[in-house]
Amino acid sequence: MWLNPRNPQLNKNGELHHLLTLEGLPAEILRQILDTARSFVGVTEREVKKVPLLRGKAVFNLFFEPSTRTRTTFEIAAKRLSADVINLAINVSSQSKGESVLDTVANLSAMQADMFVVRHAASGAPHMISQHVGPDIHVINAGDGRHSHPTQGLLDMFAIRHYKKDFTQLRVAIVGDILHSRVARSQIHALTTLGCPEIRVIGPRTLIPADIRTLGVQVYHDMKEGLKDVDVVSMLRLQNERMRGALLASGQEFYKYYGLTDDKLALAKSDAIVLHPGPMNRGVEIDSSVADGQQSVILPQVSFGIAIRMAVMSIVAGN
Amino acid sequence: MKIHIKNGRLIDPKNQIDTISDLFIAAGKIVAVGQKPEGFHANRVIDASQKIVCPGLVDLSARLREPGFEYIATLESEMDAATAGGITSLACPPDTDPPLDEPGLVEMLKYRARNRHKARVYPIGALTAGLKGVQLTEMAELRDAGCVAFSQANVALQDNQVLFYAMQYAATFNIPVWLQAQDASLARNGVAHDGAVATRLGLPAIPVCAETTALAVILILAKATGARVHLCRLSSFEAIEMVRVARREGARITCDVAIHHLHLSEMDIGYFDPNCHLIPPLRAQRDRDALRKALADHTVDAVCSDHCPVDDDAKQIPFSEAEPGATGLELLLPLTLKWAEEDEIPLSRALSRVTSDAAHILGIDAGHLSVGAEADVCVFDPERYWTVGPKTLMSQGKNTPFSGYELKGRVLYTLVGGQIAHELPQ
Repeated sequence: MWLNPRNPQLNKNGELHHLLTLEGLPAEILRQILDTARSFVGVTEREVKKVPLLRGKAVFNLFFEPSTRTRTTFEIAAKRLSADVINLAINVSSQSKGESVLDTVANLSAMQADMFVVRHAASGAPHMISQHVGPDIHVINAGDGRHSHPTQGLLDMFAIRHYKKDFTQLRVAIVGDILHSRVARSQIHALTTLGCPEIRVIGPRTLIPADIRTLGVQVYHDMKEGLKDVDVVSMLRLQNERMRGALLASGQEFYKYYGLTDDKLALAKSDAIVLHPGPMNRGVEIDSSVADGQQSVILPQVSFGIAIRMAVMSIVAGN
Repeated sequence: MKIHIKNGRLIDPKNQIDTISDLFIAAGKIVAVGQKPEGFHANRVIDASQKIVCPGLVDLSARLREPGFEYIATLESEMDAATAGGITSLACPPDTDPPLDEPGLVEMLKYRARNRHKARVYPIGALTAGLKGVQLTEMAELRDAGCVAFSQANVALQDNQVLFYAMQYAATFNIPVWLQAQDASLARNGVAHDGAVATRLGLPAIPVCAETTALAVILILAKATGARVHLCRLSSFEAIEMVRVARREGARITCDVAIHHLHLSEMDIGYFDPNCHLIPPLRAQRDRDALRKALADHTVDAVCSDHCPVDDDAKQIPFSEAEPGATGLELLLPLTLKWAEEDEIPLSRALSRVTSDAAHILGIDAGHLSVGAEADVCVFDPERYWTVGPKTLMSQGKNTPFSGYELKGRVLYTLVGGQIAHELPQ
């Protein structure tokens, strides 16, 4: 086996081979990705937005779950690295009748794929795929179930570092549906690795998973208390279907207690920044005046996302 | 056929024997222990020096996958696996396809199993028709066809009125009801224990209260109906405590745990190992420690293999979609020995949990080496190491969290009714 059994995303030399989760990645690798991404921000602002780092490589976007934004940014990132990009949106229902995930992957590997960008509704699917591909193929997780969304977590770290510089002085609050959020988990792992001393998760008890404290966070159920003096507020998307089940009463009540409004944001530090992975539900988890306000860095996040995905793809490919 | 097993360390928990002694078998029965009967001329002498001779194991839950799931495993392969694991009697749950809810199906299974001359098969009948939880099965007829108890397997009975009536009806005929305590709604969509690992990996969770609420209902209904209830596969510290309390208050209940749950915890899921997707879920270390202690102090009566062969295709998919279950027939003995060694449990007491205590729950005359009893015997080498893997397992199910483990304790001979049903190739 060419991978490190204790950390199946690193090769024997400790270099990034797959990107499956931010959990367990050394801080040097996180910083390497962030630094590389910074150099790519320049590229995306140039007239000719291409570098030849992945010329001749085939990147397969393997989306078992629908996504527009993430798939598009991966596609743009791969094209800016001069890779050939093949987009596959796999209808999960037709899949359950026929080919298994691993058969799909084996077939695409036979078409000389160099990299798979995988999104799947089941936690752990990219891990499983990474265990069944050849040694020259790289797997990048583009979001799996509730587990991980590492490139989103990285672009959030990029944004935080861009605006706040030093992680070791920060207080960060993550607000909303922690239970179902792969973004929250990725942010928590990255922040703890990068030395953030205080991470708070805020939400009703139905949306905070068991034993979350073992990840190194503090739990708040009162948003006003939880936002006090924080430097970064990371809002999470609340899926519409959550409001139809028994986890929540209504969108209105959620907004009243856990939606980010100007008066709640005023409890954070005056220079606090607001993050959101998008797409936003205005008036459910965030008020428009906050989303479009001075402290919001939600749009810059999107452009950082391209640079981060370029960095990840070029690093796993060995550049 | 007359067999003389000599010089072995004879451990017969029920008769409180643990000594170097000889065993004499003739016409399918044990004819003497220790002293050779007059005029006994063995056709076969088995030298068991440095080996342990014990009653054949009694397994309270082994899925043979027949009828209905022959593509996963066949009766032949799993019966071979049972005797390779020293098991001479086994109970099979009713979740076959179709479920064991008609006497004809039960008779056919018993007939097919008998023709194999391997382990004795004791079918557990379906408590409700098709396990659907609506209509009771003909329990008395099914009992006459060979069912020793009735259960819903892993399919929770969601309607408490049906459960109440089922227990009353079973109690009418004094037939035991075997139930797994897992509330279907609280466990809905869940695939892992509601703890740190599920939170870290983002796996939909099954809280402990899914077990304890269902257990509370079962205990209350058992008391109300007077039914003989056996609780299958307890998994949590809290459930064990509830059983202790109920026992102290005089409840007529027995219970078991699965062998996997004595050794593994949620931590073993690692990076989404689908072999650790089990029902009930592997819980926290505190729960595992409680199960081990409860089995030692007899709060838990028996440990079973919970054998559940799954084909590769059903495991090579993401954890939450993978079919739950693991192979276990050939691991029951070595893993019981491992528990005994690690927790310093006397061997005789440990073996009773897979022989006489399990037989008692099944209500069968087995699991002991008394003179006159059926000669169901296991001879094993307690010091022999072997590596768990596709090559060493006879079961068609190769899926186990213990794949690659080196385990101590290997079965050399298994006798069923005085016939050698398994002999480890030299």
